[in-house]
Amino acid sequence: MAERSRTEAPTTDGAAIRLDAVDFDYDDMAMHFDLIIEPSTITAIIGPSGAGKSTLLNLIAGFETAKSGRIVIAGADVTHAAPSERPVSMVFQDNNLFAHLDVTANVGLGRKPNLRLDETDRVAVAEAIAKVGLSGKEHRKPEALSGGERQRVAIARALVRNRPVLLLDEAFASLGPALRHAMLDLVGDLQEETGMTVVMVTHHPGDALRLQSLLVFLDNGKVVASGPAADLLSTKAPTLLRKYLGAEDSAL
Amino acid sequence: MISLKPLAGALALAFLAVLAGGACISLAVEALRGSAEGFAAFDSYLWRIARFTLLQALLSMLLSVGLAIPLARALHAHPDFPGRTLILRLFALPLALPALVAVLGITSIYGRNGLLAALFSWLGLDVIPNIYGLTGILLAHVFFNLPLATRLLLSNMDSIPEDYWKLSSQLGMGKWARFRLIEWPVILRNISGIAGLIFMLCITSFTIVLTLGGGPRATTLEVAIYQSLHFDFDIARAVSLTLLQLCLTIAVLSVLSLSGRPTEEGFSLRTTTRRFDQTTLGTRLLDGATIIVGLLFVALPIAGTVVSGLAADLLRLLGESLVWRAILTSIVLGASAAALSLIISLALVVAREYLASRRGYASPKLFERSLDRGASLIMVIPPIVIGSGWFILSRHFVDPFSLAPFMVVSVNGAMAIPFAFRILRPTWDTAASRHNRLCAQLGITGWSRLRLIDWPVLKRPSSVAFAFAMALSLGDLGTIALFGNNSTQTLPYLLLQRMGSYRTQDAAGLALILGVLCLLLMIAADRGAGTLAKREVANIG
Repeated sequence: MAERSRTEAPTTDGAAIRLDAVDFDYDDMAMHFDLIIEPSTITAIIGPSGAGKSTLLNLIAGFETAKSGRIVIAGADVTHAAPSERPVSMVFQDNNLFAHLDVTANVGLGRKPNLRLDETDRVAVAEAIAKVGLSGKEHRKPEALSGGERQRVAIARALVRNRPVLLLDEAFASLGPALRHAMLDLVGDLQEETGMTVVMVTHHPGDALRLQSLLVFLDNGKVVASGPAADLLSTKAPTLLRKYLGAEDSAL
Repeated sequence: MISLKPLAGALALAFLAVLAGGACISLAVEALRGSAEGFAAFDSYLWRIARFTLLQALLSMLLSVGLAIPLARALHAHPDFPGRTLILRLFALPLALPALVAVLGITSIYGRNGLLAALFSWLGLDVIPNIYGLTGILLAHVFFNLPLATRLLLSNMDSIPEDYWKLSSQLGMGKWARFRLIEWPVILRNISGIAGLIFMLCITSFTIVLTLGGGPRATTLEVAIYQSLHFDFDIARAVSLTLLQLCLTIAVLSVLSLSGRPTEEGFSLRTTTRRFDQTTLGTRLLDGATIIVGLLFVALPIAGTVVSGLAADLLRLLGESLVWRAILTSIVLGASAAALSLIISLALVVAREYLASRRGYASPKLFERSLDRGASLIMVIPPIVIGSGWFILSRHFVDPFSLAPFMVVSVNGAMAIPFAFRILRPTWDTAASRHNRLCAQLGITGWSRLRLIDWPVLKRPSSVAFAFAMALSLGDLGTIALFGNNSTQTLPYLLLQRMGSYRTQDAAGLALILGVLCLLLMIAADRGAGTLAKREVANIG
């Protein structure tokens, strides 16, 4: 397990993520992942429901444990590490915040899990809240925030945690189009600033184009195609992916 | 990392197993030892009691449900009936009242010197009502269960989609067609569960039968167990009665498990559905009369309790040290029972969730299922069975009466566990499913997690469960009737004694005090539960 210092400069370098022949059984479905994600990149994971998108993120974050194979982040084998020991922050679609704690406390938990914050922690928390545009709402409870604002708090917490990998599990799926684009732009800006590696699961292939990211297409628990989003989403796309995109278009 | 959660769950289960198992083993040993004598006790007297137990439960159930249907329909058809919300609140009251208090209220209306008797004599009729026997038992059971059934049915009818009512008025359905096509299917789906619940409550009814039964003609198994232990000290008979009661409960429960439980979605005070049908004047009058009769039936005994309680010499009562000691004993034992039931339920809930989230997609193992089942153990083995089992067992070692405080706390605590478990579990499970991944990622564990994450969530449901359990224990007569004595007297026990010695005024005053105590706790629990439900809706954070 690599030692990570919590007092390092706010700019972290991204970490590479490698899944070596990772096997995982989801109910009756056998999943198999072989994947390399380069450091400081943005990768969008798309695919039909039940393809294993969230499972892939859960394996990287440590909420699921691989049956066999290795997961390597920043050169360290984390296959069996606990979620809090991995250099990873994850933002879920909802339930990112503790409903009875205010914005500052929710972000502060990213610094100290017992909430005993010192002065540097407080400064870092205030800075992160300002960065996601929530200054002035420090003492609101989650119920007094909009859906977008709640996700901003979760991102602020990821910032103060200062981990080189940020995972977004359909984090913006419940937001309207304009708000979703604003959040994507925020993630893009923060990624540029910190250089962290971002992996996001999305239902909107357009998200990948907006952030000029890499694209990984999953189907039936396997990586079917991967490459720059601009290439994969063009007419050169493989058949399965075209079918998925076509089905998506006709559903719109 | 080793968690203490499964250990806590195992300890809670062990407590319940000892409490129930000890009683059952004691009964079994006693039955085998004096087998000839024991089985001789299965005579015609016993069967007559068993028959009466079933008969009164069946009649109470039929009356309650049969009357609840028109009442619920009338209440549903008139969402803007004046004071409807108040009426529904009032209908929640009987469940919060200790049975003994309700019994006094009912006698103040239908008894020899009650309101009805006064009305008859004013009209010049030479009729003196006598409610002791089956009549009184049925009156009291309907008083408790009619409002319950009405509320349950009403909440079922509220779940009928609004579109159905729109459609029925568009299609011009008549009253009968509306009943047959829209209301009846919903009622039918839920009626077996509601009827089963009421049947079960009436089969294990103790206080009402003890006080209103009036003699060996109208006695149920529970009361016969109490009499054989408390007055006759006929152990063989008590054992056979208890075993019969146990078999009966298990038989009824297994039939009930086929029909499913009634569901009440939250507190249905709000008027969810709008009705679009035009009602005729005749229907409106009939429905209005139905509601008013139902209202009077529930409200009069409650008013009677208050009026005769206030007529009692409350100041003198509160000057008696015996009364104060009973109040204090009740509060101390009630609070201990509530604390016990809260601790046991929490241990069961937390351990169950821990195992469930650990196993992931696998099917639950025996231990996890036992944690779930353990919570409702007391439903299968009635408190009186546990009480008499331990009474019979302990007499070999100590004076059973000296165990009064322990038995009241343990049995009353166990009685509240099914409810406390149901109050705590949804909140805990939802919170855990929201928080487990977050806490795992942020490394929030141990004391920090309890202090920052879990306790804030548990605080309110815990106090709701505590208040509810304490009210339940305060009003309970079953266990204290068995074990009570001059050194340990609770408020219901003292009340029963005063009733027995025909000090009616005192009894009415004590009933008022007891009723107010229980009501305050129940109101606190209800308020808490209300905000709990609202918070669940608000927190999608």
